[in-house]
Amino acid sequence: MTERLFEGADWDFHTLQRITDACEEVALKDLGLDVYPNQIEVITAEQMLDAYSSVGMPLFYKHWSFGKQFAYHEASYRKGLMGLAYEIVINSSPCISYLMEENTATMQTLVIAHAAFGHNHFFKNNYLFKQWTDADGILDYLDFAKNYVMQCEDRYGRTEVERTLDAAHALMSHGIDRYPGKKKLDLREEEKRAGRRRQHEEEVFNDLWRTVPKGVSKTRSAISLERRRKLLGLPQENLLYFLEKSAPRLAPWQRELLRIVRHIAQYFYPQSQTKVMNEGTATYVHYRIMTKLHEQGRITDGNFLEFLGSHTNVVFQPEFDDQRFSGFNPYALGFAMMQDIERIVTRPEDEDREWFPDIAGKNDVMGVLRDVWANYRDESFIAQFLSPKLMRQLRMFHLHDDPEERAGIRVDAIHDDRGFRRVRRELARQHDVGYIDANIEVVDVDLSGDRRLILHHHVIKGSQLNETDAKRVLQHLADLWTYDVSLIEVDANDKVLREYVVSPRPITAAA
Amino acid sequence: MPIHIIDRRLNPGGKSLENRQRFLRRAKSLVQGAVKKTSQERDIKDVLEGGEVTIPLDGMHEPRFRRQGGTRDMVLPGNKKFIEGDYLQRSGQGSAKDSGPGEGDGEDAFRFVLSRDEFVDLFLDDLELPDLAKRKVAQTESEGIQRAGYTTSGSPSNISVSRTVRLALARRIALKRPSKDELEELEAAIAACTDEDERAELVAQLEKLRAKSKRIPFIDPLDIRYRRFETVPKPVAQAVMFCLMDVSGSMSEHMKDLAKRFYMLLYVFLKRRYKHVEIVFIRHTDRAEEVDEQTFFYGPASGGTLVSSALQAMHEIVRERFNPSDWNIYAAQASDGDNSYSDGELTGMLLTDKILPVCQFFAYLEVGESGGSAFDLSDSSLWTLYDRLRNSGAPLSMRKVSERSEIFPVFHDLFQRRETAKEKAAP
Repeated sequence: MTERLFEGADWDFHTLQRITDACEEVALKDLGLDVYPNQIEVITAEQMLDAYSSVGMPLFYKHWSFGKQFAYHEASYRKGLMGLAYEIVINSSPCISYLMEENTATMQTLVIAHAAFGHNHFFKNNYLFKQWTDADGILDYLDFAKNYVMQCEDRYGRTEVERTLDAAHALMSHGIDRYPGKKKLDLREEEKRAGRRRQHEEEVFNDLWRTVPKGVSKTRSAISLERRRKLLGLPQENLLYFLEKSAPRLAPWQRELLRIVRHIAQYFYPQSQTKVMNEGTATYVHYRIMTKLHEQGRITDGNFLEFLGSHTNVVFQPEFDDQRFSGFNPYALGFAMMQDIERIVTRPEDEDREWFPDIAGKNDVMGVLRDVWANYRDESFIAQFLSPKLMRQLRMFHLHDDPEERAGIRVDAIHDDRGFRRVRRELARQHDVGYIDANIEVVDVDLSGDRRLILHHHVIKGSQLNETDAKRVLQHLADLWTYDVSLIEVDANDKVLREYVVSPRPITAAA
Repeated sequence: MPIHIIDRRLNPGGKSLENRQRFLRRAKSLVQGAVKKTSQERDIKDVLEGGEVTIPLDGMHEPRFRRQGGTRDMVLPGNKKFIEGDYLQRSGQGSAKDSGPGEGDGEDAFRFVLSRDEFVDLFLDDLELPDLAKRKVAQTESEGIQRAGYTTSGSPSNISVSRTVRLALARRIALKRPSKDELEELEAAIAACTDEDERAELVAQLEKLRAKSKRIPFIDPLDIRYRRFETVPKPVAQAVMFCLMDVSGSMSEHMKDLAKRFYMLLYVFLKRRYKHVEIVFIRHTDRAEEVDEQTFFYGPASGGTLVSSALQAMHEIVRERFNPSDWNIYAAQASDGDNSYSDGELTGMLLTDKILPVCQFFAYLEVGESGGSAFDLSDSSLWTLYDRLRNSGAPLSMRKVSERSEIFPVFHDLFQRRETAKEKAAP
């Protein structure tokens, strides 16, 4: 029998090393995972709280909103309202996993298997992450961002920088490119680019230009609407990108700040689209690794039971009428689907052969799963792989809540032959970020008139913007644009439902 | 594949401190309001304990475009009895289900915990001690140590290695001490040399260099430098606080309690500004005595009322123990306002001639019974007296208090920043 990795609950750094080696063996040989080099860091509860307040990243620029986050988490942690995560993992190369110091040896094994191999593999192989994130560059980029923000504060004053960042944060969810097309970001280049731009400005600076008379401006009537929109790249749904490139009166450093916020939003974009898959993958991987270690006799029965205890907690899915219910648990759904795929691949039933002819009975579980992990996001994953059996098992049903409907909320589909596809489509849609976020885009700028920026919100299913928030965000937007901004909510038939117009605040009056 | 395991636990903590301070600065007025509100509900002794405050989310809101309303579709787990086409009653059930990730939805207040220091800072932030600068006297109570360059003598533990090595290197270069490389090169040349004569010459050269490197030491006692420290006197601002209280029979428990609260606030406040604060308790009936705190607040006493006796006692203590040029002197007097009629003259004289000139600040707090409004009654004899003194220019601060909740506002009022506090008329 192989030697045990540890006895009891205590661990030290040698134990961690042994655990990691053992997990690695299973992950690479048995599961065929492909991971970034691992870096494992042991942290305290306080450091975990720190990490929470900077979206899990080890370094981040300074901003009051992170302090607010911290205060909030700390208060609820102290009151015992909230437990802390066992780990945090960062999509970077090397892949950094933070482990809490108070975890037992079993928990550390679980967490290493989960984060350092499960998440790590997913980060390295999923197409969204490959497309949108630069794992090699992110830490350097954050370092650059932090220093850049600091320099800006020194040069232009903290209030000014804060104003710009506040505004940028408000627009963060609409600072994302949703479709690939431009080249992949090279975050390492970013820092050099900012430096070059500043240098260029300094080199070509000549005070004489200021004194040169402006000359007659070109006749503007010639520019047609179509041409104008094309020049500005409209319609544009990445509001931060649009402002960075086209806002008339922003200083170069403000544009750079918008760019930083935009890049960071983009970096996190794949994560928000792959919650179910990411957690499903990591949970499935830790389950496989732990089971294997137990089979090999490297962890005791007692430790394995401890693991099963936490594992079942993690993948617990309360039912809709349960007090604890708060939507689908991505761990539960993801893990259940991964296991279900394993079943379809190895022990398919007739129904599965009909629904999943490509994978049913293929017998190469890891081959299929690795392919799934690489090429899908939550929405397409659910749309493709949620099986009737799992829908029956979880007893899924679809509710349709039309406020006009007097009778109440209609049950639109349940887990029966008529409903499977509809339930699955709806659930997939619930996980489509593009569908959840409000669809807002810049449609026009009145360049010949008062330079008003015109945005459209394409209302889907009658769901309009929250008024208070919308006004505040638009205020920020107007402050950056420095002219009036109007947002028009239109429904599918181009009927105008509501119009907001906001004027920029004079700079001194803003607090 | 190499795996790095790093122990970060010993990294300096407080990484979020800066962000937290930014947050507090931004929310300052809101937090301050909350702190004052919280502190009014508390007992004085744990007024400074820090703790949870709640501020309205409004000013600290981070807006995002959010959608709401409209037709909603949702897929849920755990169907037990519904079939397609059923209708569920709305009755709040629907909205409860879809709580989702909308973080800030129903949240209108933001709670968090302030540390003790943050709490006190905010609590006393806009208060200022009167005449703080007047007598910030240096008392060489402690001596600080400060780096002061290098010296050629000292204790071995203070050797500055980097400086010593640097000087040694400079000396070796200046004196052309042969380096190790040079010697090795020569040795190699000798080993490789075939010609006898040339070899002898090289050996001689090597010997010469060896002798030289022996003569010139690697590190000479001359090179050694020690870090030098010198002691500097650190000025310590110190203050004494006199608590004067009438304990005659007319003072009820409630009144004493009010006075106590006021004294405690004053103590906390002084403690924050001065490193060293002494308190002297003087209680008086028709005669005054210096007592300890316990006796001061709880010791039984009865008798008539002669305020001048307390002032006299204070004056004597100041003369004996607290030289006004060394100490910042603060005094707070609490009384129900009764004073023997014949004592007025003497009290006024003591106050203007002896006490006020040495005091930074003299506060008179007239305490009344709970519920009884102090403003309805005609002014007490002491109030009348002090009021007259103040109108003739004596730097007296005076307020009337009858409820616990008034203590903090009154205190706040007394110590407001100077510009605004200048000689406010009595309420």
